[in-house]
Amino acid sequence: MSDLHVRIWRGDAEGGFSAYQVPRQESQTVLDVVTYVQRQLDATLAYRFACRVGMCGSCAMTVNGVARWTCRTHVSKVIDDQGALEIAPLNHLPIVRDLVTDMAPFFDQWAAASGQFSGAKTRHDDFATVPPDSPARRAIDAAIECIGCGVCYASCDTVAWNPAYLGPAALNRVWTLVQDARDTATLDHLRAVSGDAGCQACHTHVSCAERCPKNISPTVGIAGLKRALTKATLKGQL
Amino acid sequence: MTRHIHRPSRMNDARSRQHAGWWAFALHRISGVALALFLPLHFWALSQSLQGPDALEHFLRWTDRPLFKFAEWGLVCLLALHMTGGLRVLALEFLPWRDWQKTLLACSVGAAFVVGCAFALAL
Amino acid sequence: MSARLQTWLWIAQRGSAMVLAVCVSVHLVTMVIAVRGGLSAAEILARTQGQLAWLIFYSVFVVTVTVHAVVGLRAVLGETLGWRGWLRDLCLGAFALLLIIVGARAVLGVFGAGQ
Repeated sequence: MSDLHVRIWRGDAEGGFSAYQVPRQESQTVLDVVTYVQRQLDATLAYRFACRVGMCGSCAMTVNGVARWTCRTHVSKVIDDQGALEIAPLNHLPIVRDLVTDMAPFFDQWAAASGQFSGAKTRHDDFATVPPDSPARRAIDAAIECIGCGVCYASCDTVAWNPAYLGPAALNRVWTLVQDARDTATLDHLRAVSGDAGCQACHTHVSCAERCPKNISPTVGIAGLKRALTKATLKGQL
Repeated sequence: MTRHIHRPSRMNDARSRQHAGWWAFALHRISGVALALFLPLHFWALSQSLQGPDALEHFLRWTDRPLFKFAEWGLVCLLALHMTGGLRVLALEFLPWRDWQKTLLACSVGAAFVVGCAFALAL
Repeated sequence: MSARLQTWLWIAQRGSAMVLAVCVSVHLVTMVIAVRGGLSAAEILARTQGQLAWLIFYSVFVVTVTVHAVVGLRAVLGETLGWRGWLRDLCLGAFALLLIIVGARAVLGVFGAGQ
């Protein structure tokens, strides 16, 4: 197999691409390529990964212009005809160095969106009973597997155009809470996701759903929040 | 809560936008802005009739040239596109939806195409 | 502007969109019929003059399209030009006023109020 022509982002926001030759291998992932460069060609390359099996959400990068989880992205799926591979840090987040972004703004939005559960029960109470096939529980099932990788946030143009926008992942999280029969702060959640920075800012590009490696559709959850918010506003509850 | 300062970072380019939902958005936004800017002109033209039918007729005859006819047809197409694209957005937002977004997009573009053809034939 | 008011603007935009879907459908059909054999003032006015139904229809059309266009432009100005804040909203308010006034003149004109 011929070598891969890899360009990797080096430096901070003012950095640029450096070129590397990496041997092509069978079943090679993009993370394998980055690891090869760091171990064999340039030990100063900074990148982030942990589990390597698609659970931890730490290895997301921009691969040939598209945000992806690199540990589960096969090189064969993303290289163009010339065998070129361009690897950059995630978009829309401050670059710490090379392929490492500062994820703090991303997670700050989860807090700003009131992405925390608040319940009424204590450890002394019995378990809540939530029927597994109830519509609300099914809606949560469809949205709960988020690994917090930031791919949706980096793919969403509204995040770039509207800096206050909470973003798909945080809104998806709040949707699961609004659907949660045990959560007691529904109106607080809706208030936190209302307005120009909230769910109404979503223009249904559907980029988040298109790119989510876990096949979640934050657009569905955001649409649900729009409906819940509309209903509560029309009822005068907010 | 600590708010982190956004240092400049990289932005998406066309490579991340090659999918149906983004194209639907682009069509919707371009047609929407164009129609909004056309509105005052359209209202002004029709308000000529306040000075009587002759004033409106005079204006209509003035627009009797190929460039205006083409622009009229373009505006009708944009209106049809914006309406059908808007129905798509309303369906996505207000109807419980599954995986038929692409079907919706195809329907909306198709309906707009039909209207465009009808108007062109009637011209 | 409070998040509450922003939410109401969004509801107004989606609500107006639902009304506009009906108005625009009627408008498209009317246009396709009207342009046959060329547009003429006499033909347009013969349809609309003194017709209360058309007066109500076009009045609703002008009001909803004004709401819809102005709220839409608000998002575009914020996202594309980065123009946010009270001055943008004030300018949009002025644009809304312009649309309502010129729109009302158009509606009254085709109804035949100028005669």
